[in-house]
Amino acid sequence: MTFLIKGETETWEVVIGLEVHAQVTSEAKLFSGAPTYFGADPNSQVSFVDAGMPGMLPVINEICVEQAVRTGLGLKARINNRSVFSRKNYFYADLPQGYQISQFDLPIVGKGTIVLDMPDGVSREIGIERLHLEQDAGKSIHDLHPSKTFIDLNRSGVALMEIVSDPDMRSPEEAGAYLRKLRSILRYLGTCNGNMDEGSMRCDANVSVRPQGEEGLRTRCEIKNVNSIRFVMQAIEYEARRHVDVYESGGEISQETRQYDSNNGETRSMRSKEMAHDYRYFPDPDLLPLVFDDDYVARIKATLPELPDEKRERFISEYGLTAYDAGVLVVERETSVYFEDVAKDRDPKAAANWVISNLFGALNKMGISITDSPITADNLGKLIDLITDNTISGRIAKDVFEIMLEEGKGPDAIVEEKGLKQITDTGPIEDAIGQVMADNPGKVEEYRGGKDKLIGWFVGQVMKQTGGKANPGKLNELLQKKLAP
Amino acid sequence: MSLDDATVRKIAHLARISVAEKDIAPLAKELSGIMDWIEQLQEVDTSAVEPMTGGADMMLNWRKDAVTDGGHTDKVLANAPESHEGFFGVPKVIE
Amino acid sequence: MTELTQLTLSEARDGLRKGDFSAVELTQAHIKSMETNRDLNVFITEVPGLAIERAKEADHNRSHGKAGALEGLPLGIKDLFCTEGILTTAASHILDGFTPPYESTVTANLKAAGAITLGKTNLDEFAMGSSNESSYYGAAHNPWKRKGDPRYLVPGGSSGGSAAAVAAHTCLGAIGTDTGGSIRQPASFCGVVGMKPTYGRCSRWGVVAFSSSLDQAGPMTRTVRDSAILLAVMAGHDAKDSTSADMPVPDFEAALSGDIKGLRIGLPCEYRPDGLNSDIAALWDKGVGWLKDAGAEVVDISLPHTKYALPTYYIVAPAEASANLARYDGVRFGLRIEGESLDDMYAKTRAAGFGAEVKRRILIGTYALSAGYYDAYYLKAQKVRQLIHQDFVSAFENVDAILTPTTPSSAFPIGENSDDPVSMYLNDVFTVPASLAGIPGISIPAGLSSDGLPLGLQLLSKRWDEETLFRVAGVLEEAAGFSGLSIGGEG
Repeated sequence: MTFLIKGETETWEVVIGLEVHAQVTSEAKLFSGAPTYFGADPNSQVSFVDAGMPGMLPVINEICVEQAVRTGLGLKARINNRSVFSRKNYFYADLPQGYQISQFDLPIVGKGTIVLDMPDGVSREIGIERLHLEQDAGKSIHDLHPSKTFIDLNRSGVALMEIVSDPDMRSPEEAGAYLRKLRSILRYLGTCNGNMDEGSMRCDANVSVRPQGEEGLRTRCEIKNVNSIRFVMQAIEYEARRHVDVYESGGEISQETRQYDSNNGETRSMRSKEMAHDYRYFPDPDLLPLVFDDDYVARIKATLPELPDEKRERFISEYGLTAYDAGVLVVERETSVYFEDVAKDRDPKAAANWVISNLFGALNKMGISITDSPITADNLGKLIDLITDNTISGRIAKDVFEIMLEEGKGPDAIVEEKGLKQITDTGPIEDAIGQVMADNPGKVEEYRGGKDKLIGWFVGQVMKQTGGKANPGKLNELLQKKLAP
Repeated sequence: MSLDDATVRKIAHLARISVAEKDIAPLAKELSGIMDWIEQLQEVDTSAVEPMTGGADMMLNWRKDAVTDGGHTDKVLANAPESHEGFFGVPKVIE
Repeated sequence: MTELTQLTLSEARDGLRKGDFSAVELTQAHIKSMETNRDLNVFITEVPGLAIERAKEADHNRSHGKAGALEGLPLGIKDLFCTEGILTTAASHILDGFTPPYESTVTANLKAAGAITLGKTNLDEFAMGSSNESSYYGAAHNPWKRKGDPRYLVPGGSSGGSAAAVAAHTCLGAIGTDTGGSIRQPASFCGVVGMKPTYGRCSRWGVVAFSSSLDQAGPMTRTVRDSAILLAVMAGHDAKDSTSADMPVPDFEAALSGDIKGLRIGLPCEYRPDGLNSDIAALWDKGVGWLKDAGAEVVDISLPHTKYALPTYYIVAPAEASANLARYDGVRFGLRIEGESLDDMYAKTRAAGFGAEVKRRILIGTYALSAGYYDAYYLKAQKVRQLIHQDFVSAFENVDAILTPTTPSSAFPIGENSDDPVSMYLNDVFTVPASLAGIPGISIPAGLSSDGLPLGLQLLSKRWDEETLFRVAGVLEEAAGFSGLSIGGEG
């Protein structure tokens, strides 16, 4: 699936690299004991370290190191047993120390990869350039006072993993797929909750274009801090078309930082950041190099969960699912667990079908996640069992499913309560067939006269007569017999 | 290695220290004097030397992931030249 | 009660133990001395009320058998240590009104041992200086004067206030910090004992940072024993400082055995440049003789990269300082000068808040780290620093300690060196190498210059071997018989 922009003179290819800031899941901050949870009162989660008070010193939180290594392993990346924290120097009101503690030339995680499964069935491998640990800054709030900016340092010092991709993506769709896949991996690993709306995962997109077939990269622009996957895709598309327009009208793109405005779907230059930066990175003398041995990495590796790619492969081989179905089921760990609970000792394809076609649609409509599903995996499994043992028909099952969704009850109770049990005894079905034939002698004539297609009409009428409960197989068999001339 | 006026203006801006225009040239001269003296470092052969990264020859100690701090907004704001409703206040920043 | 101020810290400790006098009496005597010596401008903030309160507590504790190691002993605290509820200035305008809501680990250790804070002593602004003249609160004065010369002399720096306070008997001891010589050089100028421990021996938590890879707290006292007593309390692992060593703190006082027989003492030839002040050269020779007489073996050694230590230091320290001092921006504490924009406010606040020397170092540091210059300056300096460190490592394979002069001159009149930064920097030529290497050093007052000013000798040892330093220093002190300043100063 290629994404190309047809211009006046050329056909253009877009080149995308993404930098994701993922908040490390931890109780306390990267270098202080202040808490990290979202939504507290301003400056209530701030230690003197986070406020950059004189004489305060950073001490690293061990869980943040572990989470970074875990993420690196999940990205099949090289883990650097020795990495160095550096100071990135710049002034900003929400950067209390006047520098951000980050990692520069020696990050904790080096090169890795992420595999994207595109809807057309093609796999794309995207390179990970590096992952490093750094502190988040505080928050500037510009709209609470006419002439003041307010500063809240609750986020100041929260651990982030900056995950930098290679410029390997070629379409907004791939960028979206990359973010979804990365989020999926982070959530599987439990290293970041991936909530973009809370700012726990933020994305900067580096975008450039080049005529199809051209080697080398052209000047890129960085779109900062986009806060949803949809907006990232929109921003990239807008930015790519802007570049094409500039080049085709004879202009040049200048390297700059831009902001995406989701209200009008445009990117614009961030004027305040125009001043050339010179971050003056140097190793933070308050911190020694971060060093651990292979055993440490091995211990973390031993606790890694099965990740989406492996799980998908297993779903295909173990359950015989299609690649697409397997891919859909593994995006979220909770969904895959749900599916496996449903599929246990049952027909996996039926289980996949119920989860994907029925449950996902219903949950989507209700706007809730699988963990809040009113239908438990156990009950959905029982519903399938009722179909399998011919207690109810597939059609009735859909009705039962709807009731389960609404009332949260088990399928047995609903079938019992509403008398939905399938009729398999010959007598009642024959009675119903007799009644329909007696009421419609003309149709019987027509059928016997060779209009075979009428069989469907008869099935429908008999079903109606039995309240839909007649066993379809039995009904068909008896109907054929009775209608036979 | 002499620092010219433009360089002094640049580093003064990076360091966010305002320097009056009349003071730029004398400052450039003074800083150049210091840098000229420092220049003697270039005569040392350091081709096979690992840089020293800190004063300590020990292992970094790691803290447990436990909440041990926070919850004292009053103390955090106590020395602030300006605060409003629990926030620090600065002149409006236009992004 | 003035005679109480004549006691050394250990004598005062023993006197309190025996009940010869109370902590309140001892404290009152020092408060009186603090008041009568105000012309020296050694304290930025005095806290006599708090001190008396604490002294009463100390007497109470002692009467209930709960006396700490320093119970009831009044001290001066360099105003670089954050002290909870007490104004902390770093001698800078930019920290105007800053009252920390926290206590530095070192002063907390002292407090926990029962020590009494008399006040916060003067220093060079942000500890950047060798004369105390860069203090926003005015220069502290050396209680010593040249024979027949009424001019005030500098006490050295940056811990000049602490050194002068101890020399003038306004306190039993004081604490300072040493980044490139800031304890040892003023100790030498004021005729007191100044000890810079191994980097990592004392926690830096709560000490206003100048150069993080160099800053180290240490005691300033009138005797080597007092130094050992104070350091034992100041030192120790602190989980809040990643560069604090998780090592046991030895009983330093017990190291003062007086026995240095068979110890090998190195004399680095690089510390005797052509034109070394003759008083200082002569004193060094005397020191060598004293150690030989005590049974030590003296050997000539070489520390070949010594001459590059100062320029190395003047890249590393300003570079680190340029980042460490970025937090003084008028947002969360201290001075703010309003501006039209955030950047304007920063630039005006920092221009008004920092003095000339601090600005100079911030700019040098910013330059050394800036794009295109990092490799040539900062990286180069860290490599040369490694060579300097290796010089010491090699030397200590053959010797137990190194003896050198502490300073290339005695104290000079206020204003004398202030127009040329580099000539001021040269004051630390003998102290900076040990700072770069992170090794401990101690300056012992060993004699007087021909014009009657104190001169110190410096002892250096390998990392974590303060015990050897104290042992040799004790012998040197004994042999030198330096008598210190009589009450009221030399005049």
